Amino acid sequence: MHFIVEPGFFSSQPVHVALTIGGVVAVVSAAVGIFTVIRGQSFAGHTLTDVSTAGGSAAFLLGMNPLLGFIGLSLVGSGTMDLIGVQRVRGRDLATGIVLGASIGLAALFLYLDTTTRATTGATQQILFGSIFTLDPGEVPIVVAFSVISLVALAVIYRPLLLATMSPDIAAARGVRLRPVGLAFMLALAVSVGLSSLAIGSILSTALLIGPAAAALRLTKRIGAALITAVAIGVAATWVGVLLAYDSYYWGSSHNGYPVSFFIVALTFLIYLASGLPARRAATSAPAKRH
Amino acid sequence: MFSGFMTNTWVVATVVAALAGVVGFFVVLRGSAFPAHAIPNGAFAGAAAANLLGLNALLGLGVFAVFAALGIGTLGRRGRHDVVTALALVLMLALGALFLSRSTEYEPAIYALLFGEVLGVSTTELLPVAFLAVVCIAAIVFMYRPLTLSSVVPEIAEARGVRSHRMEIAFLVVLAVATAMTVPVVGALLIFSLMIGPPAAARSFTDRPPVAIILSMAIALATVWAAIASSYASNWPIGFFVGTMSAFAYGIGRAWAAWRRSRRPATRL
Amino acid sequence: MTDRSQPVTANEPDVLRVEGVTVALGGRTILEDVAFAIAPGSFTGLIGSNGAGKTTLLRVILGLQRPGRGRVVVAGDAGNRRNRSIGYVPQKVLLDPDMPMRARDLIGLGLDGHRFGIPMPSKTRTSLVDEMLAAVDAERFANARVGILSGGEQQRVLIAHALISRPRLLLLDEPLANLDLRSGQEIIGLLHRIATEHHIAVLLSAHEMNPLLPVMDRVVYLAGGRAAAGTTDEVIRTEVLSGLYGHPVEVLHIHDRVLVIAGPGYPDAARLAAEGAGIELG
Repeated sequence: MHFIVEPGFFSSQPVHVALTIGGVVAVVSAAVGIFTVIRGQSFAGHTLTDVSTAGGSAAFLLGMNPLLGFIGLSLVGSGTMDLIGVQRVRGRDLATGIVLGASIGLAALFLYLDTTTRATTGATQQILFGSIFTLDPGEVPIVVAFSVISLVALAVIYRPLLLATMSPDIAAARGVRLRPVGLAFMLALAVSVGLSSLAIGSILSTALLIGPAAAALRLTKRIGAALITAVAIGVAATWVGVLLAYDSYYWGSSHNGYPVSFFIVALTFLIYLASGLPARRAATSAPAKRH
Repeated sequence: MFSGFMTNTWVVATVVAALAGVVGFFVVLRGSAFPAHAIPNGAFAGAAAANLLGLNALLGLGVFAVFAALGIGTLGRRGRHDVVTALALVLMLALGALFLSRSTEYEPAIYALLFGEVLGVSTTELLPVAFLAVVCIAAIVFMYRPLTLSSVVPEIAEARGVRSHRMEIAFLVVLAVATAMTVPVVGALLIFSLMIGPPAAARSFTDRPPVAIILSMAIALATVWAAIASSYASNWPIGFFVGTMSAFAYGIGRAWAAWRRSRRPATRL
Repeated sequence: MTDRSQPVTANEPDVLRVEGVTVALGGRTILEDVAFAIAPGSFTGLIGSNGAGKTTLLRVILGLQRPGRGRVVVAGDAGNRRNRSIGYVPQKVLLDPDMPMRARDLIGLGLDGHRFGIPMPSKTRTSLVDEMLAAVDAERFANARVGILSGGEQQRVLIAHALISRPRLLLLDEPLANLDLRSGQEIIGLLHRIATEHHIAVLLSAHEMNPLLPVMDRVVYLAGGRAAAGTTDEVIRTEVLSGLYGHPVEVLHIHDRVLVIAGPGYPDAARLAAEGAGIELG
């Protein structure tokens, strides 16, 4: 047993908190991620993570709970992106990029002020790359509450969102109001990004959002099955990542653990690569599809 | 502000801005904003690796950035382009975090590499940066016509023997080399601003491609110079000024385009 | 370009010969033993309903799709992937209105867009572009952004873009698909003029043959992956098309229009009908 799980893993409270928050966050990210991927909004999703970086660093500066900063500013960011037209395909990447650039600039400023005005160290590292082992157990209820809000919102708009994604014209003809539905999705996305920023760091949270969903969509054909697969992949990657990070403390003699986020991101990436293998095997047995 | 150690900064920043203006024109034309954001993060990982292993920083930056570009170019061909880009991006960032966590100067190093460090330019770096800039500009000049053709009408380019995918890879590699050298100055995250804001703004002011490129360079130069001056005066990070000023330039461009449309209502739309 | 205008001579070699081309993709036969030839300066319509294999055939001619069997000879040159003697106007080109590029810039790219290096402004270049603008009646919007032009105007610019490299064959994939009736008529008239005056063969794909009837020298009719080629009188006949479809169809001439009507029980009748082809107008 000790080859896999180092001593104290199951009795450590930080580990319990990390597993709980990581698991909950992985579920929300995977569910929201499915729609992010099929709507082709990976870039928008990633941009929100950088917006939430600015939020987290601002919250740190003001002495607030970083989660509120993460979620608060990514909500503002999603509203801004909707305003300058990320719903339209044309010019969407550009508008997104501008928001992205400006928010990174803000993050740079806030992080600088964090390190110079507040005599705390570790803000940059904690905000950008997360520190799931140092989370306060008191965060758990807040995380769960926001997760429920995000999932409920997603459930409410599920069908019109799906229709709007598949064919905006058909959806509009059937009375779906595209803009509110798109905006509602962006808000759910913002909350989910804020949550995963807390877990694995703001600039890495894209991994939990996109990775499991993209892998699941390559493995299954139906949306429902993809949702379940994505959730399973996300939770597995997070938990194994937490375990490996915990174990890594005992690797070598320096007792300098590896970052949790690295393991989660690396696992997610490997799963995505592996998910392409069945498809590739099928592709070699049958000729390429028609252009 | 212009004396001693700042001279290097001005020189390098000028080179960087001019290059970002040119490369950025094609980033915007091709709609490659996301790869342009992702590839510098490969450079971040490279710098972190070089830092850890005690190697030449520029070497680490270049190798990782080119590696990221090739990865995005090849994997993106099969899978979904945006998904591959997003995942490559976070993988690179996570690798960078891992490498830095192994080294002693974690926090300042992360900050400098991600958000830039104006004062960090040494005289020995000037020559390689200038050399790489010339290489990148030469590559863009060489590829100018087929790159433009495959960006504007990819179907026709393909029929005329311009392989879109090779063009894409070649462009991403140029992008990688260009970002590798700029990361130590403006940082991995903000070189992107410089490649998007100025070219996007330039599009609103002219209908001619060559004029747009020159304008894009000019706006990028103005942005960087103003950012350095403001950063020097306020002590605030240069990244903040580059990011917000680029967005501001884009905003002015949009406003100008809207104003021009309202004055001369287009009959054909 | 006028120096090349010469009467069509019977012994001039074909500009395009498609010989027994068969293409199977994903286990499905898209094209089966397709053969036809195109004479210099002639106007040929490639007619077929959606999914009949028109685009695949054009891709084979362009050298972008390798045929399973058969070969394509362009201007006497077989096996040369991507032939420079072909000008190509693809279907549905999306041009970004925010892109800083004028109509004349895009036409200029047609001259040397595939070559490395930057274009050097020269009198010859400018006058060539002006000549092309005049040839497609596009002087009016020569300096406007291509992205804001109407569909018909963009089509003219793309035709000029294809013409400027002086091809011997002009391929157009569904150029009439997104145009209103009048713009479509204008484009057809323009293409006819190019074929006769500049002696450039035109091969144009469409799912509707009626607008092309006045100008078409020959027709290549695609159905079920097989093709019938010849003059319209030779091909658009009840017995020829029935053979092609493998099912009785009837060709009706009403005034100066042609209607192809499937007989009862045609398995794909629903699909044909959806394209206006089951009570087939095409």
